[in-house]
Amino acid sequence: MAQVEETLKRIEASKGVIGTILVNAEGIPIRTTLDNSTTVQYAELLCQLSMLARTTVRDIDPQNDLTFLRIRSKKHEIMVALENNYLLIVIQNPCE
Amino acid sequence: MEIVHVYTKDREEFGRQCLLSDRPAELLLDVLPDQNLASNFIQRSHRDQAVQAGRQVSEHQVNTERFESDSCGINHVEGGWPKDINPLDMEQTIRFRKKAEKDESYLNSIPQLGSVAEHCGRQNNAVDIYQEPFDGWEEVEESPEPPSAKTINIFRDPNEVKRTVTGLSWHPDGGRKLAAAYSCLDFQKASRDMSLDSYIWDVENPNRPELTLKPASPLVCLDYNPKDPHTLVGGSYNGQIVYWDTRRGSQPVELSSVEHSHRDPVYKIIWLQSKTGTDAFSASTDGQVLWWDVRRLSEPTERLVLDPTREGNLDRALGAISLEFEATMPTKFMVGTEQGLVVSCNRKAKTPTEKIVCTYDGHHGPVYALQRNPFFPKNFLTVGDWTARIWSEDIKESSIMCTKYQMSYLTDACWSPVRPSVFFTLKMDGMLDVWDILFKQSDPTLSLKVCDRALYSLRVQDNGRLVACGSQQGETTLLEICSELSTLQKNEKSLLAAMFERETKREKILEARQREIRLKERSRSEQSREEEIGREDGEDDPDQLIARAERDFYNQVEAELKRREMREEEALREKDVCEEKEVKDEEEAGRNEAS
Repeated sequence: MAQVEETLKRIEASKGVIGTILVNAEGIPIRTTLDNSTTVQYAELLCQLSMLARTTVRDIDPQNDLTFLRIRSKKHEIMVALENNYLLIVIQNPCE
Repeated sequence: MEIVHVYTKDREEFGRQCLLSDRPAELLLDVLPDQNLASNFIQRSHRDQAVQAGRQVSEHQVNTERFESDSCGINHVEGGWPKDINPLDMEQTIRFRKKAEKDESYLNSIPQLGSVAEHCGRQNNAVDIYQEPFDGWEEVEESPEPPSAKTINIFRDPNEVKRTVTGLSWHPDGGRKLAAAYSCLDFQKASRDMSLDSYIWDVENPNRPELTLKPASPLVCLDYNPKDPHTLVGGSYNGQIVYWDTRRGSQPVELSSVEHSHRDPVYKIIWLQSKTGTDAFSASTDGQVLWWDVRRLSEPTERLVLDPTREGNLDRALGAISLEFEATMPTKFMVGTEQGLVVSCNRKAKTPTEKIVCTYDGHHGPVYALQRNPFFPKNFLTVGDWTARIWSEDIKESSIMCTKYQMSYLTDACWSPVRPSVFFTLKMDGMLDVWDILFKQSDPTLSLKVCDRALYSLRVQDNGRLVACGSQQGETTLLEICSELSTLQKNEKSLLAAMFERETKREKILEARQREIRLKERSRSEQSREEEIGREDGEDDPDQLIARAERDFYNQVEAELKRREMREEEALREKDVCEEKEVKDEEEAGRNEAS
């Protein structure tokens, strides 16, 4: 339990991180550092997108599975890590 | 040699039932090859013959039905919560969350997730992995591709009876919308079921117009207000001016009164630059140019009759077909007439006679398009009959540049707003020509066949890349011009300025020469008149006139021949004689002859 807390705190405190959202298998945000409406929006959209990405990967090779998804946009980068149907969404502003 | 097999059957057995039975094969006849016969034949040489046993296929093109798509948005609401928990209730959600955090798989997955995410996060912080490696280096000069243009969209008139697209106007703010005026300009060909509507199209959606404008009479031209993109003003077939506000729907907000409007279709209407942003002026073939304030369309604020004799006489007025107004020169404007003259006017003149400043005699037919070059306002482009001409304001006698006579009638033209040397013209055979006068002056740089019917109206969007042209069948085609023809080239402005100056100078010199010749003629005719002062002038007798004309003609020809001989002699005698001296010699020679 403490390890979980520590991991999450470390990520949230990383350089350039705007927000972190942890989503469970049903798409419900468990932990978040952003406000409610933004959290809900990100959770919904990224869940759908990662499901789609996952099916794409698995269609090409059924033994394969999606582990990480990165979306780079003009303003920031959205990183989605997938494990056991849990999603960890990190929004980072990469400073070069 | 006949090969025959004979079998017999008794007559009484005819018609009897067949009783079939099996029997081993019996050799009836065996004819062996006879080698002697081979001498009658000659063996032919081998020849290759190709044979293909392939499937027969045929090609056939099919156009599917237009797929109508509609875009709409969906509003997301928070979901995913189990049924027993109310998502709006804070306590329940917090409790649920706390429970989820105690889950086994949760505790196992998080460290994994965390490490991966952290790794990527640190990666981002260390190096910009999406950086363009060769950014900031000098652009390599690409080899010039041939100029091209691509059709992006075609907007078709949704009505059954197709009407011509007579006017087009781009939305001033970004050009995402295009307003098109539809009417039938053929004399008395407008049928009763012809719809009166004109449409505003959204560039992305060719299936359905975004807004329908419903005037009382079909619109011949329309214009978006450059200051207020919601308002449009249009000129209709019956001479009225109509004012719309797109926020208020399809019905016109205001109509000008029939008594004070034009008496002929309004061929062009343009918004003016004014403090209130509500002034427009319109031109029509009834010979009037009217100024309007759109807040009060019951009466025009000003009126100008295009009478070349400057008397304001409507009967002698020239019919106006096109108007030109440049925002940088708000007091001047130009009118193109049906008779082929371009009239330049000054709005701020005190008396009506001074309003018409000068005329340019250009074309054999109506001047369908008239536009100043956005970069060089002293030069303007006119299109009429089968040519396009470029004029300089100072030279009134003739155009400084003129294209060849084309194969079909030119209907519209406009300059490119980004490149000063590029202009577009439309022809009656459905061709769009793109001319680049710095590149080639004798032919268009790019000639495209847009459609099979005649094209009537043309408008370039402000970014210079998109061109909309309207055809006789109600189709508006949106084309994208390649980047070379729509980006400013190096030194273009200075080169074009030099070209215009050179042509203007040439025209000036020619004009001066003409004037000199005329002066000489006048002086000669004055002298001859002094001699004939006693003689009676039988002006009314056509025969005498003809005889005199003949005499004059032959005299002139002989004089010219003599002059040429003398000039040649002079040239042979003195090699470095300058023009003025020659002229003086000629004048002297002329004077010697006359006296």
